[in-house]
Amino acid sequence: MGFRETGVIKVGELERLGLMPSRERLKKGPVVIAECPEEIPCNICVDACPFKAISMDKIYGIPRIDWDKCIGCGVCVAYCPGLALFVVDLSKYGDKAYVTLPHEFYPPPRKNMTVKLLSRDGRVLGAGRVVKVWSYNNTWVVTVEVPKEYAMEVRGIWVEE
Amino acid sequence: MEIDYRIYEHPIIRFKRGRRVRFYFEGRVVEAYEGESVLAALYAIGVRVFTWSKKLGRPRGAFCMIGKCSSCFAVVDGVPNRRICIEPVREGIRVERQRGLAEIPRVEDVEPVETVNIETDLLVVGGGPAGLKAALTAADQGMDVVLVDSHYRLGGQLVKQTHKFFGSKEYFGGKRGFQVAEELSKKVLEHPRIRVYRSSEAYGFFDNKVVGVAVKYPKPLNLVVKADAVIASTGAMEKGLLFENNDLPGVMGAGGAQTLMNEYGVRPGDKALVVGAGNVGLIVAYQLLQAGVKVEALVEIMPRIGGWFVHAAKLRRYGVPILTRHTIVKAIGENRVEAAVITRVDENYRPIGGSEKKLDVDLVLISIGLTPDTRFFSQAGAVLKWIPELGGFTPIRTRYLETSIENIYVAGDASGIEEATTAFIEGEIAALSAAIKLGYGSKEAVERREKLLSYLWDEYRLSPVVSRARAGKLKATVSEEEMMLIRGKKFGGV
Ligand code: SF4
Ligand code: SF4
Ligand code: FES
Repeated sequence: MGFRETGVIKVGELERLGLMPSRERLKKGPVVIAECPEEIPCNICVDACPFKAISMDKIYGIPRIDWDKCIGCGVCVAYCPGLALFVVDLSKYGDKAYVTLPHEFYPPPRKNMTVKLLSRDGRVLGAGRVVKVWSYNNTWVVTVEVPKEYAMEVRGIWVEE
Repeated sequence: MEIDYRIYEHPIIRFKRGRRVRFYFEGRVVEAYEGESVLAALYAIGVRVFTWSKKLGRPRGAFCMIGKCSSCFAVVDGVPNRRICIEPVREGIRVERQRGLAEIPRVEDVEPVETVNIETDLLVVGGGPAGLKAALTAADQGMDVVLVDSHYRLGGQLVKQTHKFFGSKEYFGGKRGFQVAEELSKKVLEHPRIRVYRSSEAYGFFDNKVVGVAVKYPKPLNLVVKADAVIASTGAMEKGLLFENNDLPGVMGAGGAQTLMNEYGVRPGDKALVVGAGNVGLIVAYQLLQAGVKVEALVEIMPRIGGWFVHAAKLRRYGVPILTRHTIVKAIGENRVEAAVITRVDENYRPIGGSEKKLDVDLVLISIGLTPDTRFFSQAGAVLKWIPELGGFTPIRTRYLETSIENIYVAGDASGIEEATTAFIEGEIAALSAAIKLGYGSKEAVERREKLLSYLWDEYRLSPVVSRARAGKLKATVSEEEMMLIRGKKFGGV
C-alpha cells in the first residue's frame, strides 16, 4: 500500500519522487527533506527559505530542493503549513544523528529534555535528547539527537507531562 | 470537583476569556465567561442533551455549533426556537430546553420590534472569508457596504481554523485561520464605509430589491435593506450520515467539535471516532489531539484517504490509525455516546460480516463533506443546480459570480465547497464585479479582476488535488449570454 492509502510515506517512495538528497550530501551536513509528495496548491516554503534553496515550477508543484544551496537551517520547517519539512544531519562522528522537526503539542519541549521519538506511523522508537528548540507562530522547531540508524525514521516527538 | 471541560493550556491558542457572567439554566445558576455562547457554556459544565425530538422524544445534542441545524433550539427569556450555539451568554438571561415543538408566543405577549429602512450600495450576507474580503474590496472601491452575519463574532469558520493556511502569501498562506479572522474583522469594523450588523439573520429577499434582516442584538430590529447589489457568502453546512443512533448526543459534525474546542476552548469529549478522512476529518482529528482528546481512529469508507497526504501524515505520526474501507455501523449509549461500532466494507461498500469492532468513545464526529448553504438563494428564487462535486445545490453564476438574479452574487463555500483561499479570491472577484457593474470600479479594478480570475482558474485550481472542485465550478459557471437566456426564461425578463 502506498502513502495515499496509509498516510505514511516510505523512504523508497521519497527516493522515487526525487525528494531524497544523495548519501554524499547527507554526510556533508544538515539538509532539508520535503515529505510533500502531492501537487497541492502551496508554495509557502519557496518564500520561506532565506537561501532560495526551494523552487517550484507552479503554485501546485512539488517542492524541489537545491541540496547545494540548502544549509539545513530549519527556517522552512517552522513555516510549512503541512508540517512536512524535516532537517536531517548525518554528518557527526559517532552513532548519533540529528533530526529537526515541527511540534505543536503542549507541554512545550525544552532544551536537554528527554522526549519520546516517534516514527511516521506513531511507533515509539526510543528516547532522545532535545538539543535545540525555537518557535515561530506557535510551531516549535525541535532538534533531537537520535541513533544514526533512525535518522530517516524519526519524524515526531512526544513530551511527557 | 465541578465538571469543567474548558481548555486552559493549548499549544496554539491562548483563550482570552471575558469577564464572568451568570445566567439561569432551568433554574440553576451557570457561571460563564463573556464571549461564550450559551451552548458552549453549558457544554463546558457537562450538559450534552439540548433538546428532544418532536415525535419520539429522543434526546438531541449539539451538531453544527454554527447556527445551521436545529439541534439546539431553546427558550431564551421566553422566546422559543433560539439557536443557543450562536446565542451569546449575558448576565441574568433564562434558558430552558425545548421538548419538541415550542409554543409560539402570542403577538400580544411579545414586544413589537421596530422596523428600520436603510439604503446601501452593497449588502454582504455572511462575514466569513469571502464576505469579509468582499466588504473590504467594495468599500475600497468607494461603495457603501452593509455586512450582516448570523453569529455575534465575525470571521465565519476562519475563527476555528488553527492550522496554518496553504496557498501563497498573498492570500494569507502561512497564517493561521483565526489570525486572519482577527486581522480582517478588525479592518472591516474600522472601515468608515462599512456598517456591520452581527447576530443578524438575512431572512429574505423581497420584491426583487430589498432584503429583510432580523437583528437580534444589541437591540432587536427589523432591518430592511435596499441595496443596489447583494453578495451572499452564506457558507456551508455539514452533511449527516445514516447509521443506527446517529442522533445520539455526542454524534457531532466535525466542524461542530472544532468550534467548541477552537473558538470557545471547550473540550468536546475524551475519546473520539472520526468518520471520513477528507481534509476536514484529518485536520479536526489533529486538532482534537492538540485539545487533549484521544482519537481512537478515523474511518474512511473509500479505499484511499480523501484528504491531502500532509494532513494524514501529521496524524499518523502520533499513532492515530486511519482505517480505509471502514465505516461506522452504530453508536451506542443512553442519552449520550458511550461506544461506537465500526466495520470493514467490501468493494461495494457493504459491511463485511464478522469484522465489526466496538470502540470505547464518547464522541463520533462526522466529516463526510459539506453542502453549500443556499437558503438565501432559493428563497430569492435564484436558479440552483445539483453539482455533486461541489457538495450539492449551488446557484449557477457567470464567471464574475453573478447569479441568475441580476446584481445578486455568490462567493465562498455557498458557491460550491472549496477552501478559504478560494473564498478570499471569490469574495474579491464578486465585489470587484459589483463595483464595476455599478460604475465604481476603475480600470485597475477590471485589471485586478482579470488577474484574480486567471490565478484562480489557470493556476490554483489546476492542482490535481482540487480537480474535482474545479470540475464542479466549471459546471456551475455559464456565459453571460446563457445567463441572459436563463434570466429571460425563468423570470419573464426581470
Ligand atoms: S533548511 Fe534552511 S536553507 Fe534549507 S531549505 Fe529550509 S530554509 Fe532553506
Ligand atoms: S510549504 Fe510545506 S506543504 Fe507547502 S509545498 Fe512546501 S513542503 Fe509542501
Ligand atoms: S444550530 Fe445550534 S447546534 Fe446546529
